[in-house]
Amino acid sequence: MKYYDKLIFDLSRDGRQGYSLPSYRWESSSKDIPSGLSRQKAPALPQVSELDVVRHYTNLSQMNFGVDSGFYPLGSCTMKYNPKINEEIASHPGFSGLHPMQPACTVQGALRVYKELSEALSAITGMARFTLNPFAGAHGELTGLMVIRQYHMSRGDIARTRIIVPDSAHGTNPASAAVCGLEIVQVKSKENGLVDVEDLKPLLDETIAGIMMTNPNTLGLFEKDIKEIASLVHECGGLLYYDGANMNPLLGVVRPGDMGFDVMHLNLHKTFSTPHGGGGPGAGPVGVAAHLASCLPVPRVSEDEDGTLYLDGCDDACGMISGFMGNFGVLLRAYAYILMLGRQNVRMAGPLSVLGANYIKESLKDCFELPIPGICKHEFVFDGLRDKSTDVTTLDVAKRLLDYGFHAPTIYFPLLFHQAIMIEPTETESKETLDGFIDIMKKIAAEALEDPQSLKTAPHTTPVRRLDETTAARQPVLRYKDMSDIS
Amino acid sequence: MSKVIEGLLYSESHEWVKVEDGIAIIGITDFAQHEMGDLSYVDMPEVDDELSKGEEFGAVESVKAASDLFSPVSGTVVEVNEALEDSPELLNEDAFANWIIKVQMSDEAELEELMDAAAYQKLCEN
Repeated sequence: MKYYDKLIFDLSRDGRQGYSLPSYRWESSSKDIPSGLSRQKAPALPQVSELDVVRHYTNLSQMNFGVDSGFYPLGSCTMKYNPKINEEIASHPGFSGLHPMQPACTVQGALRVYKELSEALSAITGMARFTLNPFAGAHGELTGLMVIRQYHMSRGDIARTRIIVPDSAHGTNPASAAVCGLEIVQVKSKENGLVDVEDLKPLLDETIAGIMMTNPNTLGLFEKDIKEIASLVHECGGLLYYDGANMNPLLGVVRPGDMGFDVMHLNLHKTFSTPHGGGGPGAGPVGVAAHLASCLPVPRVSEDEDGTLYLDGCDDACGMISGFMGNFGVLLRAYAYILMLGRQNVRMAGPLSVLGANYIKESLKDCFELPIPGICKHEFVFDGLRDKSTDVTTLDVAKRLLDYGFHAPTIYFPLLFHQAIMIEPTETESKETLDGFIDIMKKIAAEALEDPQSLKTAPHTTPVRRLDETTAARQPVLRYKDMSDIS
Repeated sequence: MSKVIEGLLYSESHEWVKVEDGIAIIGITDFAQHEMGDLSYVDMPEVDDELSKGEEFGAVESVKAASDLFSPVSGTVVEVNEALEDSPELLNEDAFANWIIKVQMSDEAELEELMDAAAYQKLCEN
């Protein structure tokens, strides 16, 4: 990979430009702006040619690693391939040219997509109604928790201010709950990695708003006691929140609504193949059981008797959580994905993702420590190398993987294990890709014993070598100007 | 192998306590700093804050993780180690030489529930 670290400002030369404008012939339109508010100096924009711009951004883009360039087994992130037809549909001018302030009568097609996607998600998850407005997974979590609070408040049950979160949960769960003003109560996991029902029971009382669960959990294990947990939480008057980050293995096979969940979010950018991370914004639709539908945020899409769609408000709503109707381009991509797979093939994604994860796990468990044996779902966690005698850490293994052209798995999460390596292959990878990854992981395990130094100093072939994360965290340089000061 | 010092008391959440004239001097253990990796930030309470045993009194952050600190005793914070604000790495350099807070204890009997060096050593090995 070619190293390239210039800023567009480094390329700037006085007077250079991509095209020339005709000379200025009209009176300034800004003469009415008060002098104190108008700019006195021209903005310091980069002065570059069109070719400078094209080369600059092309070079930068080539330093990236994405699911289009290689295997990306980042646990809990479901880095599946993003089919290009999604992009084609989303860039259709009939959609991409819409303005969010257009009257509803002129965007009936877009509202129809919104409604039909909501209904498809309801069918897939067993929830009665969806809002597609939240912008991302954690935003969905916050929205779902606001719905739960609103539900309790609307019944006058104001004492329910505490929420239970398992110790294996994604960090966003307690964070979202805290933002929502809820107090977090932790429930422990058992030796086998599942929520300890006996530890849960004494926590349940009239102050519990609900429990947030991820199923399968972050260890890739299906919470088998979910029906018992659901009835215990419901008996105490609490609700069950389903974190949809790990929905992929269940897609079309098991429905959160049938497990007893009342509220959930989906990550369209994980399970429904829309671009992810630096590749694009996300979407975190929230689905609820019928008795919570009135608490969903506004605006909502409703249908007249004559089939006309319109935007609707509601007094019981938990509020408005995004300016318009969410990240509409992302919704379009997810809907294209669902329609392309169809009802039958949606069922194939989950089992294939489970097969891939188990194949890697079983192939590597002689080299890497598998803390919880047995069948996993779409992902699993190793606790570092089996032979730790040379002090090679999970971080060293992850860095070395980069040298071999793979993205690293998620590391040091979940916190239940000190050297966690969390691997999720997804269903879109071929057996050849999985075998290639397995071979390299075995090779790295051998290197850890024979030549530990090469791992401790990895990566060696990437544009930048091992970064000094500690200094970056202790003395962060956050501005371009600061960079020029230190160089 | 992480260091454990004789004569100090230890909590299950990896804090150490040294007692001097009714004051509990509290820090994190060598095992804790080693598990956390290079620390980038130490969040501490303010002087005069009241703490009860087991209550969260701050947090340590590294590039790898953030971990809450739990008070091994009840009492009033009488001093915080301000040097850690700018130099969290002191805890990595010597976790036992660099305390985090000093607490005027309200119930010295609570000390009996803490571990001695041998018991803590055993906890770390498991």
